[in-house]
Amino acid sequence: MSIYHKAKKTTINTLIHLFLLAVAITCIYPLLWMVASSFKTQETIFSDISIIPRHLHFENYYLAVSNSDFGRYFLNSTIYTVSVVFGIVVVSSMAAYAFSRLRFPGRNILFIIFIAAMMIPMPGGFVPLYVLLNKLHLRDTAFGYILAMISMGLATSIFILKTFFDKMPKELEDAARIDGCSKLGIWWHVAIPFAKPALAVVVVFNALNVWNEYVLALIIFDSKNLMPLQRALMMFRGEFLTNYPLLMAGLTITALPIIIVYIFMQKYIVKGVASSVLG
Amino acid sequence: MKIRAIAEDYLFVLPAVTIFVIFYVIPFVWVFKLSLFNWDGILPSKTFVALANFKEIIFHDPSWWQSMRNAGYITLIALTFQNALAFLLAWACDRQIRLKHFYRAVFFIPPILSEIVVGMVWRFIVNDVDGANMVNRALVTMGMGQFAHSWLNDPKFVLTTVAIIHSWKGFGWGFLIFLAGLQTIPREFYEAARVDGVNAWQSFKNITMPLMMPVIMLVAILTVLGTMQAFALILGLVGGEFAGHTSVPVLRILAVMRDSSRFGYACAMGINLGIILVAVSFVINMLARRARNWA
Repeated sequence: MSIYHKAKKTTINTLIHLFLLAVAITCIYPLLWMVASSFKTQETIFSDISIIPRHLHFENYYLAVSNSDFGRYFLNSTIYTVSVVFGIVVVSSMAAYAFSRLRFPGRNILFIIFIAAMMIPMPGGFVPLYVLLNKLHLRDTAFGYILAMISMGLATSIFILKTFFDKMPKELEDAARIDGCSKLGIWWHVAIPFAKPALAVVVVFNALNVWNEYVLALIIFDSKNLMPLQRALMMFRGEFLTNYPLLMAGLTITALPIIIVYIFMQKYIVKGVASSVLG
Repeated sequence: MKIRAIAEDYLFVLPAVTIFVIFYVIPFVWVFKLSLFNWDGILPSKTFVALANFKEIIFHDPSWWQSMRNAGYITLIALTFQNALAFLLAWACDRQIRLKHFYRAVFFIPPILSEIVVGMVWRFIVNDVDGANMVNRALVTMGMGQFAHSWLNDPKFVLTTVAIIHSWKGFGWGFLIFLAGLQTIPREFYEAARVDGVNAWQSFKNITMPLMMPVIMLVAILTVLGTMQAFALILGLVGGEFAGHTSVPVLRILAVMRDSSRFGYACAMGINLGIILVAVSFVINMLARRARNWA
């Protein structure tokens, strides 16, 4: 390779890195700005624009948790996320296992209906859902919200898990069957451990989905003490629109768990996007 | 014995089917049923109005079509700017480049955050005139202070600002899908082309683009479906202000349902949007097929 070519290649690579780096900075900067601002005061927030504030003011967090009940909302979001994800994992892994491995009449048509539901857009579907929950006396209850959220994540999760179970070697099941395992036993002792990577994808995606959900939380809940973080943030916003440090503390409390989960589970998210979209 | 075995099999799908039927199939059917009625959502009696709701939406509801135009504008920017950016970044990351995994991880940070959080943080970054408006500060630093704006308070700029922030939040999806697609193209194709003396641009045009066409169309469909139904970001950014300038279809549906208590009308709006979305996806799909036949 001539010097000219080498120089050209280095230049191109540098330009590419500059481009990638510039975009990367725009992705991280708003978050750093959010966290930094949450430690400032209303007086310093406009003068001190550094990412590392000179004085750390924790009182915004204290106010958000004690005066505005963010501890309660955080707990609600946690309860909803854990229950919904648990429900989805159990229900969808059983169904996906059956769709992949058991031979019962109506199997294909049922599976196709699930997949169709995944693909048909239903904007405004929350209107009849509201009516339904009202009729079942499940509106403004945690249980109603959890069930509705489980149904939202079901189709995609079944699809991801079924695709994975299809790759499970038949010998694994046969061995368990010879040992006298029931179907339920095979699902629990063989299929579930085998599907751990796919289950991780299902867990991470649904957890993000529930934690970030807004529209159902908006129409279902009237009681403040049942509201999750996203809903609480919008109320908070109405109350403290110009108190930026306090608002940023609320946002940090809401976003931090997601970011922590992301840092540890990043590879499953990347895999999940590919497997749920490209099949 | 046979029947017992079948019943046992059904037990596996029973929980999923039950939840799915109650919370998905029934609402799905009800959207269509309710759209034919006038109903306030509370009274036990509904008035059957046949297709009157749809007639009103199509011929006498300018604010609905305004919200459609707004969402359409955001979608157009997402389709072009956001997806071009996603493709370029994916293409850059597909090469043998250092820090590839770092970039990939960072570009997917905006998509994992909630729209509410993103909206509120960005409001803080782009809105205040003198205070913390970082965009204005940057403009002033670059000697372009005359372009400084309160980006979300000016009706002329608010929708474009929303669209750009929406693109910022969404490009990571397209990036990951494009990257996965690019990685399925065998390296030998590029090497064979290079041996034949084909330059980088030609191999991009003749190898990468045709092979990526199905993925590009898939991302286009997902972008349309996602963007036309987006709304929470706007709530985080501008709240309920600027109703006309930043209203989008789902916000209209919510307003009609909650503020005007017109449940039937809200359902009809949802169906109207749903049909348009299915039609648009269908057209994109057809275009994709035609493009493949040309290639």
